[in-house]
Amino acid sequence: MTWNWNYVVESLPAIFQGMWITLGLTIACYLFAMLFGFVWTFVRRIPWRPLQMAVAFIMEFIRSTPPLVQLFFLYYAWPMVPYVGLTLDPITVAIIGLGVHFSTYIAEIYRSGIESIDKGQWEAATALNLSLKDKWTKIILPQAIPPTIPMLGNYLIIMFKEVPLTSTIGVAGMLHAANNFGSKNFAYLEPLTLVALFFLVMSYPTAVLFRKLEQRMNRRFDKNNPTGKIDKGVVT
Amino acid sequence: MSDLTEIFSVLMKGINITITVLIASAILSYLVAFIAGFGRLSNNIFIRKFTGFYVEVFRGTSLIVQLFWFYYALPGLFDIQLSSDFWAAVIAIAMNYGAYMSEIVRGSILSVAKGQREAATALNMSRFQRMRLVILPQAVRMMLPEFGNYLIQMLKATSLVSLVGLTDILYHGDIFRSTHLSLAPTVYILILIFYFILALPLIWLTRWAEKQSSKGVASE
Repeated sequence: MTWNWNYVVESLPAIFQGMWITLGLTIACYLFAMLFGFVWTFVRRIPWRPLQMAVAFIMEFIRSTPPLVQLFFLYYAWPMVPYVGLTLDPITVAIIGLGVHFSTYIAEIYRSGIESIDKGQWEAATALNLSLKDKWTKIILPQAIPPTIPMLGNYLIIMFKEVPLTSTIGVAGMLHAANNFGSKNFAYLEPLTLVALFFLVMSYPTAVLFRKLEQRMNRRFDKNNPTGKIDKGVVT
Repeated sequence: MSDLTEIFSVLMKGINITITVLIASAILSYLVAFIAGFGRLSNNIFIRKFTGFYVEVFRGTSLIVQLFWFYYALPGLFDIQLSSDFWAAVIAIAMNYGAYMSEIVRGSILSVAKGQREAATALNMSRFQRMRLVILPQAVRMMLPEFGNYLIQMLKATSLVSLVGLTDILYHGDIFRSTHLSLAPTVYILILIFYFILALPLIWLTRWAEKQSSKGVASE
């Protein structure tokens, strides 16, 4: 059994179709994670110690247990949970499962962004008697968001690479298409290699883009180089 | 209560495999990380390009795809037999995380203060001495926290090996769930707790490493 180009041609359409599902699901999970990250960040700012400790524990628990098990829990076990249980379709499970899992990471990024702001800014906002809304929308967030963009971008790529996990609960993405083709024709090599190539072709350029962005951001927010001018003579 | 003890004993059957896979992939991936990290810093352009290619391929594709590829596809190509499911899984996890961690090795070595390198040269040390006595001791300290983080990631990744027929915690839990459908929530909650308990020492290790990481490193 060696490389067979016929299998490449035959499996390509199915994998290409799966690609749209994988991509769409990546975007959906990512948006959900971004939104849910706000929830964590917001709840953690409530100055009530027991709540903070409970939320910190829950986040740690979600972050250090496998997303695969979390998906299985939502898909197989949630319908059996008394009172609140309901049957969820695979796509919903994927969005909630992966979304919540990565929201705990994204919440950390939000927090680091907010904490990176100089104490003086907060004090100045208070001194100017700005309302809570103005303090956040005019002072804190505009400074907190830009430095986090490259990190958030990295998580988009990480999410893209985690989405194939959902093929185990029946989401018909790229990996699912490849495995189906493989089990039908008893040829896994070509479709799986194709899927790997698809991933590489999409994630590598994106990663390079975010790396470039990060370098530019670092220069912009460099405390030693406040003007943000790039010194061409220095190799960083 | 008898359900709980039953599920508990079922999951205990798989804990051996989970821990073995974790230890094997951790050791192998740190090895890969150092080799690839040094490879990226090599003077030889071919070694640099080759390791760069390896790192980008493994960072650019998904772990689950790599795992399936090693398990289903590789034996068909060139007739390579990885001798067992166990090694296919361990090699996939190690190659994947080794690629990620090679970036940390490279970054840490590069971030050792420039003056240290220059001082070592001024003391007439050879390249090898400079690396071994001056740069690495400081660089390794900086790597520790991230290494700890990736150890937790690797523990999470071991759950994937149940998909290629290794009998780990998740595998046994799944088998049990398929015969006792009404117990599904208990089974999965217990599996999650199992993984969390395994992760706890790694979390503490990472926190300790974060404290250690800045000690004895020359800052500019």
